[in-house]
Formats: sequence, structure tokens, C-alpha cells
Amino acid sequence: MAVAVEVRGLRKKYDGGHVHALDGIDLATAEGEYLVLLGPSGCGKTTLLRTIAGLEQPTEGEVVIGGSIVNGLPPRARRVAMVFQSYALYPHKTVLGNIVFPLKAEGLDRTAREKQARWAADLLGLGELLDRRPRQLSGGERQRVALARAMVRDPQVFLLDEPLSNLDAKLRASARDELKRFQRRVGTTTIYVTHDQAEAMGLGDRIVVIDRGRVRQVGHPVEVYDDPADTFVARFIGSPPMNLVRRSSTLVGFRPEHLLPAHDVAGEKVVLPFAVDRVEHLSGDRHVYGTISGFGEDTRVISRLPATLTEPIAEGVHDFAVDVRRLRFFDEGTGRRADPMPVTTTHG
Amino acid sequence: MADVAHRTRLVDRDGVLGWMFLAPTVVYVIALVAVPFGLAIAFAFSDVTSGDPTYDWAGLENFRRVFDDPVFWQSLWNTLVFTTVSMFFIVLFGKILANILVADFRGKWVVRFLVLLPWTTPVALSSVSWLWLLHSIYSPIDWVLRELGLIETNLYWLGRPNLAMASVIAVHVWRLVPLAAVIMMVGLLSIPRDMDEAARIDGAGYWRRMFEVTIPLTFPLIAVAALFGAIFTFTDMAVVYILTRGGPNNATQVLASWSFLRGIGGGDIGQGAVIALFLFPLLLIAAVLILRAVRRMETL
Amino acid sequence: MTTPPVTLDAAAEDAGRVRRHYARRHVMGRVGLYTLAILAALASAGPFLWSSITATKLNADLYNPQNNPFAYNQPATFDHVRFLFTETTFPTFAWNTLWVGLLVVLITLALGVPAAYSLTRLDLRGSGTLGIAIFFVYLIPPSLLFLSLTRMVVWLGLQDSTWSLVLIYPTITLPVSIWLLIGFLKALPKDVEEQAMIDGYSRGGAFLRVVVPLLFPGIVAVVVFAFTLTASEFIYALAFISPTSEKVVSTGIPTELVRGDVFHWQSLQASNIVIAVPIALIFNLFLARFIAGFTMGAVKG
Repeated sequence: MAVAVEVRGLRKKYDGGHVHALDGIDLATAEGEYLVLLGPSGCGKTTLLRTIAGLEQPTEGEVVIGGSIVNGLPPRARRVAMVFQSYALYPHKTVLGNIVFPLKAEGLDRTAREKQARWAADLLGLGELLDRRPRQLSGGERQRVALARAMVRDPQVFLLDEPLSNLDAKLRASARDELKRFQRRVGTTTIYVTHDQAEAMGLGDRIVVIDRGRVRQVGHPVEVYDDPADTFVARFIGSPPMNLVRRSSTLVGFRPEHLLPAHDVAGEKVVLPFAVDRVEHLSGDRHVYGTISGFGEDTRVISRLPATLTEPIAEGVHDFAVDVRRLRFFDEGTGRRADPMPVTTTHG
Repeated sequence: MADVAHRTRLVDRDGVLGWMFLAPTVVYVIALVAVPFGLAIAFAFSDVTSGDPTYDWAGLENFRRVFDDPVFWQSLWNTLVFTTVSMFFIVLFGKILANILVADFRGKWVVRFLVLLPWTTPVALSSVSWLWLLHSIYSPIDWVLRELGLIETNLYWLGRPNLAMASVIAVHVWRLVPLAAVIMMVGLLSIPRDMDEAARIDGAGYWRRMFEVTIPLTFPLIAVAALFGAIFTFTDMAVVYILTRGGPNNATQVLASWSFLRGIGGGDIGQGAVIALFLFPLLLIAAVLILRAVRRMETL
Repeated sequence: MTTPPVTLDAAAEDAGRVRRHYARRHVMGRVGLYTLAILAALASAGPFLWSSITATKLNADLYNPQNNPFAYNQPATFDHVRFLFTETTFPTFAWNTLWVGLLVVLITLALGVPAAYSLTRLDLRGSGTLGIAIFFVYLIPPSLLFLSLTRMVVWLGLQDSTWSLVLIYPTITLPVSIWLLIGFLKALPKDVEEQAMIDGYSRGGAFLRVVVPLLFPGIVAVVVFAFTLTASEFIYALAFISPTSEKVVSTGIPTELVRGDVFHWQSLQASNIVIAVPIALIFNLFLARFIAGFTMGAVKG
């Protein structure tokens, strides 16, 4: 598989070297891949995107696009397209004027660029809106104009910076679906920045979890969810996040949906006495709050019971259990994955 | 309950408080702007002089005398030339300066300080400085030109009609460019950074970004800067008064200075008022244009 | 930084050329920027640099048209600067300018802050029209009003007194200050004062205890701006006042330091520097704030 975008040893320092926005990032995207950069705000994911775009220069390291090093090249020499969080549509230009703008910069003649702009507009269902101005458009329409402007000159890579965060919750789901289908159709490599894990899970071929300027884990959404590389990823992904129980110098983790009443867990399992103090009913699922003891340190954990489990859970101590294969072990000091430790198990 | 109602004092009623807050300003503005403005119109139709301040209706007498005076027509023409030429250069240099001042470079603070000097210095003082820079014998500008071999003898800047006009315009432009630049900087800084970056990603170079993105987006503020400059220019007399007193031979006389010379210097308040009133229609047009530009800015 | 071995094929060569092209353009851009910045600084501040040289020149040096006006041809002297402060009325002018300026600033704030608050927050009927009216007042220039104001000053018995300026200058400073303050007020969150009202203060109390302190940066900006405007004013000062002791800097220096053909040139230039530099310095400190105020006032109108 050909590599579309690659960054090697990327570092970016601000404030005379005191703040590391990027702290040694190595990453490569495959041709046509949908790569999602996920992390909390201020983690450096947007800086990474802007460095790839050429809006920022790295302090160290290389950016490679389409096989050649593009360090020192301005954005326009990189053949990248970007959709900003605000969409950054030119308010004084019509929809057509916005879409045509990159082609004008390329020096295409008028008929050729109008033809291409119309092609892009039709692809995104903007045919009727070409004479409107951005302020006369809805949020979803603006996003489509920004996409059309991005794709119109056939870039090597799309860079999307939280393009859904300005849409309201209802619109967001359908816009997400639209984004994914659009990318499948054009097949352009896409790097997508978000802090929303649902977006990341739904859109990404691979997810890159970033924290404090470093890559924490790269992998398929399922992999990142099931096998977090460290406690940061374990806590950051999943809602509610993974439960972590300290046992000597190891943190034992398990997802809330895997902590179930003991008799509902088949196979080899660890039984944990669970002192329940509160139950939340959430559209079908139940979140059960309480403390487990006798396994390691007493820890407050959450259990998520699916709608299919209907037995009532009252306050008090219950026997809950986790399938042994669902346990994940982390070193307490480094936070990285550690070797499984022996635990007492039962069969049932 | 009654107790609580009782405690509703005047300061709790927004409407009352609003007018209490506004009243002093409104009274002040009416007393010292609206009344004198009306008075100026009244004076135009009177025979009031500083020696004989009693008001007697004089009808259109002042207008007739002013219109019969060729100096008035020359002043009107000079005002238009002075304003148009100054505006052109003020906007041009202001735009360039604004672009410099929003860029990032070392020593920006020093440059900004130096560049603003002409505007923050009281105009009378800097004009006196220029009086010497344009001096008939000692002018450093002439000295440079002499050293470069471009001229044999001094140009006598303020003594020849065209050179005097050029000097007055140059000093005025020099003084107002920083103001125009600051206003245009406001415009440049209010463009969302995304917009400029999007244009860079879209492949637009510096000039394309400037002409297709920055200038259209800041056009309203450029217009505001231009019109403010125009108002300051055609109502200003400080530069003219100090550099030339309207001379030589009224070649740089503008309406404002002519009105001052007639009204205060000559004591003929009626005539001075007539001359000053000619500023008003021009002002009104400029003000309406400014408001339109501001409106457009809001809808964008 | 390690660069991987570059294969010398045509593509890499090409990429290198493109990169060098853009690097060169970048350098040219920087050079152009610095050149323009230096030129602009020289064009603007040149007269002031030259003023400071002139102010310390000997008469024999200055009054020789063959001498280089941009350098000392004879030793420098501070005699003329001393003369300015001890033998001329310059200190009186400076003092007059200062106290007139401060009083005008106080009046401007006392009238302007409540008025701006009323226009932005109290939702009066017709406040939009009033706002526009104030804008128009700003555009009415002194050259239109000075004749009638001179008469009014005479009627009030304030002719030839510096107090006339204290009375009249707020007509210049008030409109623009209100405009600036409206900008700053619009940027203040409304909920803070509403919180104060819920906490038991009246609207007026909330204004004094919450809005005014929060508005402080804007008020400082207005102080500087209004003072600069007052110090620069020329027409009114020229029209209202003729005795030397009552004059301010902007009229005193051009008239009193120039006696017929006798120009105290060095002292004039010195006064120019002495006045210009402090004002410009203070103004620069607050430039960002003016820009913020104008942006908020104008763009968010």
C-alpha cells in the first residue's frame, strides 16, 4: 500500500522551547485511508494537522506528502486541501466563487474551472445554491461548500479540522454519515481531527490517539477500544471509561459493560463483591455505581448493564464478575501495558 | 410585601436610570454643539462683527459679499484639491503601512512607535518643525537635493503656489497616514485567521489573498478610514495656518482657514460663518457614506 | 536533524528546486518587509530625529546653509533646551495643557461612561437614533463651530481664559469616547452585572461596583485618547485665547516662540520632541486596546 502522508520525528516548540506542542511524532497514512487524530483539547492534534498543511513549520522532523519532503514549502505548493472548524468560507464570494477560488489560484481558464466547480458542486448536491452567499446557507450546506472547495482541485490529501463541531447534535450524525460516504466515493486520503470519540470510532479506518504532543496508540477503532496501549487511552476512550483497579503495582482494567452480575458471566471469571450505591437508568442501559473490594484496593467503579438484563439491582453488596479474557493489565508507574498477573478465578 | 415594593427606588427603574445617565451628555451636546451650530447659521444672515456683536438681520448680504470675493472660490477649489489629493495618498500609504504593522517582525514595537509619532504629536508642533524643514534658506530637504546635484538653488517650498500646495498636502498626508493605518489595521485584525489560512491552502499567493480576500473583506473599514480622513482633511486648517497662512497669494487658502481669517482675524463673523457653512453639505455626504459602510460591515 | 540519503533522481531534484524557489521568495518577502518597515519608520519619524539633532545645535552650526543639517558640524549644546525651560513660557504652556487635559478627561468620563452604559445596556426607546446622533456630533468639525463658540465664550465671560477650553473640549472628546466605551461595554458579559443585581444591588449599584471596575481597561484607553485629542487641538485654542500666560502648548509654541522673524528654532525643535515623545509612548502602550475597542464598537456594531 502506497504511503500518502508521512511525518517523521516531528517536534514543534513554542515559547522558546518550553512548550512542546508536538513531541516527536512518527506517523504514516496509507493511500485512500481515513485516519482520525483523536485527543483532548490542547493535545497537539490540530498543530499536527496544521504542520502537515504547511500553516506551521516544525521545529524538527520531516513532513512527506506524495513521496517528497515538503518542509519549507508553503501550503499552496503541497496540494493539500483543508476544511476548517469554522469552514472559513469567503463571505463576500458566492458559493460558486468559493469553490472556484482554488482553481483560479492554479491559473485554470474560466470555462475549465467553472466546469470543474460545477462537477464538485453537483457531487455534493449544491447545484441549486451556486449563487447564494455563505451567510444564506445552513450549517450543513456550509460544510458541503467547504468540502466542495476542498475537493475541487483533486488534492493529495484532505485535512479536516473538527468539521462537525459547529453543527448541532441532530445534524451531526447525518453529516458524519455524509462525510464518510463522500470520502468513500472520492477515495482521497483523509486526515481528520476531532476530540469526539464517537466521531473517531465511526469515521476512522485507523485512530491515532494523541496526548501532550505524543502518539499514544495507533490502531483500528476496535483495537484501540479493546486493547488500549496505556491508561491514558483506557481512560480517554469509552463512555463511561474503563475501570482501573490497583492491585499491588499493577492497574487492572475492565470495561463497564464487562462487569456484570456473576451469574450472567459464563466461562472463566473473576468474582468481585460489588457494593452498589446508585443505579442510573439511561435509555435502556443501566449504569450501576458502587465500590468493589477484596480484589485490590477498594475502588469506585461503574458497571453498564445492557437492556437485555432485566433483573433488579438494589443497593447493597452483590456478586459481580468479569470474564478473565476481558481483563487488561497496566504498569502503575509507566501506565503502559503490563504482563497479565495471576488472579483467582472461578468457572461457572 | 409592601416593604419590598417600598424599596424599589429610582435607581432600579431602567428607564429612569437610562435617562439620568444620558441627560448630562444630551444637555451638554445640545448646549455646546447644537446651539452653536444653529448660531452659526444665524450668524450667516447677520451683520455681527467682533467689534459690534449686536444681532441685526442682514439677509443674504454676507452670501453676496462672499461669493463676490474671488478668494472664496479659490479656497473652495483649493479645499477640493487638498482633500482629493491628500485622500488618495492617505489611503494608499495607510494601506501599505497597515499591512506592514500587522506583519510579524523583530523590532515591531519600535517601528510602531516611530510610525505613530506624526499622528500623536500635536499638529501645531509638528507643523512648526516642518516650517523649518521647508525653510527658504536652511531647508534640509533642499540641502539634500543640492548635495545630490538635483537643484542649483533652493526651491523655496512655501513661496511658490504649486510647491506650497504640494508641501501642505505632504505634511497633511504625513500626519494622517498613521490614523488611516490604524483604522485599516482594525479591519485586517478582524479578519478571522481561518479565512487567510484557507486562502493559503487554496493556493492563493500574497497578492491574490490581498486583492481577493483581504481588501474585499476590509473594504468597509477602508471606506471608513478614507471618509474620516476626508472629513479631517477638508475641515482642517492647522497645517495651512502654520505653514503658509493660506499664502502665497491665497494659493493654499482653504475654506477652514479662510473662514478663520475672515471671522476671527478680520472680525467679520457673518462672513466667516457663511464660508464655514459650505463645509456642511460635504460633511453630510461623507457622514452618510460612512454610515453606509458601517452598515455593510455589519451585514457581511 | 537527520536527513535520509536522497536518491538523486529527477523527482527529488525537482522538489529541491521547488523548495529553493519558495525559500528564495520567502527571503525576498522578509527583505521587502524589513525594507518597507524601515522606510516607513524613517518617513514618519525622520523629522523628529532631525528635530532632536537641531535642538542641540549651536547657532553658528544651524544658520549656515552649507552645513550638513543631519549631523553636528560643531559641538552640540544644551543651551537652547535650557533656554526653553527657563527663559520662555514653555513650562506655563505645558502646565496649561496638562491641567486642561486632565480636567477634560475627567468631564469626558463623568459624562461618557454613564451615557455609554445607558446606550448599550438600558434598552431605551430611541437609543439607536441617539447613538447615530452622537456619531454625527463627532463628525461636526471645530471649523464649523468655532465662530459661534467664540461668541458664546465671550458671553460667558470666559474669553482669554484657559477655562474656556475646559468647557468646550469635551465636545471633541465626548463623542469619540462614548463610541469607544460602547465597544468595550459590548464585550463585557451581561451576566456579571445581572448576578450583582440578583445578589442585592440596584442597577445603579451594579453599574458602580461591577461595570465600572470591569470597564477599567476601556476607561484607561479613553483617558489616553481624550488627552491626546485635547493636547492636539488647535483651532479653539487659537480662537478663544490670546494672552500668553493662558495659552496651551499647541498655540503657545507656534505663536510665542516665534517673534516676527526671530525664530527660536532650536528651542522650538526641543519643545516638539519634549511633547511628542511622551504622548507617543503612552499612546503606543494602549494601541492594542484602542484597536480592540474600535473593532468591538465598529464591527460588532
